[in-house]
Formats: sequence, structure tokens, C-alpha cells
Amino acid sequence: MATPLHDTTPILSGVPMSDPASAPRATALREVHEKAGATLVDFAGWLMPLRYGSETAEHKAVREAAGLFDLSHMGEIRLTGPQAAEALDFALVGHLSQVKVGRARYTMITDAGGGVLDDLIVYRLGEGEYLVVANAANVPVVAAALAERAEGFDVEVADESADHALIAIQGPRAVEILAPLTDADLDGIRYYAGYEHTVAGQPVLLARTGYTGEDGFEIFVRPAAKAPLVWEALMAEGERHGLVPAGLSARDTLRMEAGMPLYGQELTAELTPFDAGLGRVVKFEKEGDFVGRGALEEASRTARPRRLIGLVARGRRPLRKGQDVLRDGETVGTLTSGAPSPTLGRPIAMAYVDGDLDTSTGAFTVDVRGRGEDVDVVELPFYKRQP
Amino acid sequence: MSVPTELGYTAKHEWVAVEDGIATVGITSFAAESLGDIVFVELPEVGSEVTAGEPSGEVESTKSVSDIYSPVSGEVVEVNESLEDAPETINTAPFEGGWLFRARLAEEPSGLLSAEEYTKLTEGEE
Repeated sequence: MATPLHDTTPILSGVPMSDPASAPRATALREVHEKAGATLVDFAGWLMPLRYGSETAEHKAVREAAGLFDLSHMGEIRLTGPQAAEALDFALVGHLSQVKVGRARYTMITDAGGGVLDDLIVYRLGEGEYLVVANAANVPVVAAALAERAEGFDVEVADESADHALIAIQGPRAVEILAPLTDADLDGIRYYAGYEHTVAGQPVLLARTGYTGEDGFEIFVRPAAKAPLVWEALMAEGERHGLVPAGLSARDTLRMEAGMPLYGQELTAELTPFDAGLGRVVKFEKEGDFVGRGALEEASRTARPRRLIGLVARGRRPLRKGQDVLRDGETVGTLTSGAPSPTLGRPIAMAYVDGDLDTSTGAFTVDVRGRGEDVDVVELPFYKRQP
Repeated sequence: MSVPTELGYTAKHEWVAVEDGIATVGITSFAAESLGDIVFVELPEVGSEVTAGEPSGEVESTKSVSDIYSPVSGEVVEVNESLEDAPETINTAPFEGGWLFRARLAEEPSGLLSAEEYTKLTEGEE
């Protein structure tokens, strides 16, 4: 067994590993992670915590108490100006001019052919101010596309990724832990809302968003150098509530249980939002042209309907991205994500299949290195928190 | 990190203990820590032959699949069946309850590293 051992899946699949010749960038929280004993890995060009101890324990802490994540590798691109809304309506598939100040929207950016360049969360901070949050690996592409598409609009586009740290606190105890540290009335912040507030005395954008299937908040800290202060304050307050630092390994299994797509796996530039079964994010009803409109209108009519299904293994052998799923011995799809699920205690996976595939009959198996593992087809998500 | 002095080691992070011609094989705590939480183990069958340096099973963690290379040659006489339901024992007790299989030696093991040599090797990998 060599170390690093023969990964059949990249250590965190979905994102291309950065060029080994260039050293990964460290976040403002690197020393905090090292002190906490984190295993740090190169993820999309950033040195990020994979786990601190047991990733399974971190996953369970988020489901049962709370977890603290460093997501500073994510990109923040700010659009400011009287035509910021119009520029985003042109640049993205969503109807961003309709988003109210203080609210956020899940959306996508596509190329002219309708291929997904990234999935995004866009916060409207003011009448003429938006913050676009992009996946780490896609920041250069998204920032360049936004700058290009904003030409001719009265708006400034600024890639502020390097100025921001992003800390997420996720889990059923997140509100209790955060409340004494902020000036915000947390009950007043709805899901997919975000406002300027303070946390641990620092001015932040405090948003009720996340990628775990739990209640929680994402805290955009600027300047990034203030992040350790916010992190330490949350850890100190949260310890008695069961808060633990959680790494990217737990984040991946949490989002998978919640049935959430990951760019590079469920979403790629080869797929339109319609191919991915997420055509609802494309808002044809908005006025005027937008990048990809023609191709997407075509795709909305012609894309072979597909759907993302959930698979739960009957055995214990983990299912992995790239393996084939078969019905009665016939290949019907390929796994886009797969992992052992700490909540279900069984391996789970997601796969695209034809929209008209009848999944109610037949014996489903996954080809795990030549072995047929029995699986059951289930509706997504695998896990839904109790309201 | 613990590296018991009475065991032999391989450069691929297996350990072996020999007693009365029977070798007990496992993976080291360094390997277990590097892999993360171990969630599945495939062991050789009792009665099968394992060959030194050849794959004799698999260990899967949350994020990886790894071959287990047998440090010895011989016939498998016992496997640790408790790992089927509790593979995490490899993380919690890699040198004790987390052992993988026992084999009757066909020949004396050769080329094993001492605890000191193995420790040096892992320090280079950290």
C-alpha cells in the first residue's frame, strides 16, 4: 500500500487537480487548520482541509449538532453599477433583476452553446450591487465571462476572491451558536437571504445558505485576514454545542446525501441545464437576449429528458463515480457521484438515466470493478432534514 | 504515531507478526491515518494462496480504494471476519483488532523492514 494510495477516484472527485508544478494557495485559516491537526490537500489550486480526524464523525456532527467549514477557495465576483441587474440577466440563465435586495438565487452560467460553465449562488446586496459566488476551479472562467458579457452595460465587475474568506456553520445547532456572536436577528434571515452584519465584531455578509442539507449560515469575511478571529470565536462558543471543524470529505458526503449537484460531476460544460434535469433555472420569460438563449431554447425542446436517480447499495462495498449502473444486465447509466453514506450506513450514488426509464421494475446493479453489486433505486434526496 | 518494535513492515505499509510458522498481517497506523475512515475490506479466502508482494485484498475508505499487498507467501488459514461489520477497527486498532488475515508460511519472509527502518520511511512521506 503506497501513500498516497491508489485512488480509483481522485481524493475529491469532480475538480481537476491543479498543476503539480505550482504550489497550492493557502487560505487565511491555514494555521488554524494545522493547529487542529487537519489533513490538508490540494483542491482546485488551494490547500484545503480534507478532514481533521474522522470524516464520518465530522459528517455526523453536522447532522446532529454543527460543523464549521473553511470555504475560502470559493470565488466572489462583485458587480456594482446602475446596470448590474441588466448585465446579470444577460450573462446568466436566471432572472437576477427580479431578485429582491437581501435575497439570493441559485443559478448557472452557460456558454453560447448552452453548456454549463458553472453553477452559482448570486446575492443581491443592493439595487445596483450583486455578489456572484463561483466554484473554486471555475473562478477564472466565470470572472472572465462576466467581465466580457458586462461590456456595454454601466457596471463594474471585480473578482474579489482573494479579498474574501468564507466560513460556513452548518447543522441544527448553528443558530444557537451564532446568535450570541452577531448583531443579526437570525430568525429574520430566511433561507437564501443574506445581509451585511457583524460576527465576532467583524463586518461580514451573513447568508442563510449551505451545501449540506442542514440549516446553517455562510459568512463572507472581508478582509480575509480577519477570518481566524471569526473562526476562533465560533469554535469557542460552539464547543459546548458539539461544534467541530469539518473538512471537504464530509462536505462531499453531506451534499451527496442531500442530492445536491457538484460541478464537474453532475454538471459539466458538455451538459446543458436541461440535460442535467435542472432546466427550471433557465428563465426564458425574462426580457431581452441572454448568452445561450438560442441554444437553450433548442435544448429545452430537444434535449433527451434525463433524470438523476439515487442508488443505495445492499452490500457494504462503496459505489464510486464513473461506474456503470445496469438494469437486468443492460447498462442504463453511469454514476456521477458515489460514497459511503454515514447517515444511511450504506453506500449511495447518483446516476443519470433516460427520463422514460422505468425504474420500478427489474434488478439494478452497479459494476464495481467487474463485480455486480445489488442496488435499490430511490428518489433523491437520500436525506431530508425534519422541518 | 505508533510503530510496534516487535513487528516486521513493508514499504507499502503492511505489518506482519510471525509465530510458529503462522504470519498475521495487517496495515499500519500510518496507512490507516492516511486513508481516513475505512469503510470496507475485501480479504483473501481461507485456503487460498497469497504471494509476497502481490495484491491479496482491498481496503476502501471514504475517498479511496487501495490494494493490500501480502508481505508473505503461504496459505491463508484465517481471516478477520469481524472487519466485515466493523471495518473501522482498522482505524481504531490497526495493530491489534484490525489485523486482516493469517497465513501458514510457505517460506521465511524476506525483505521486511524493522520498526526503525519503517519509521524512517514514513517520516520521508509525511
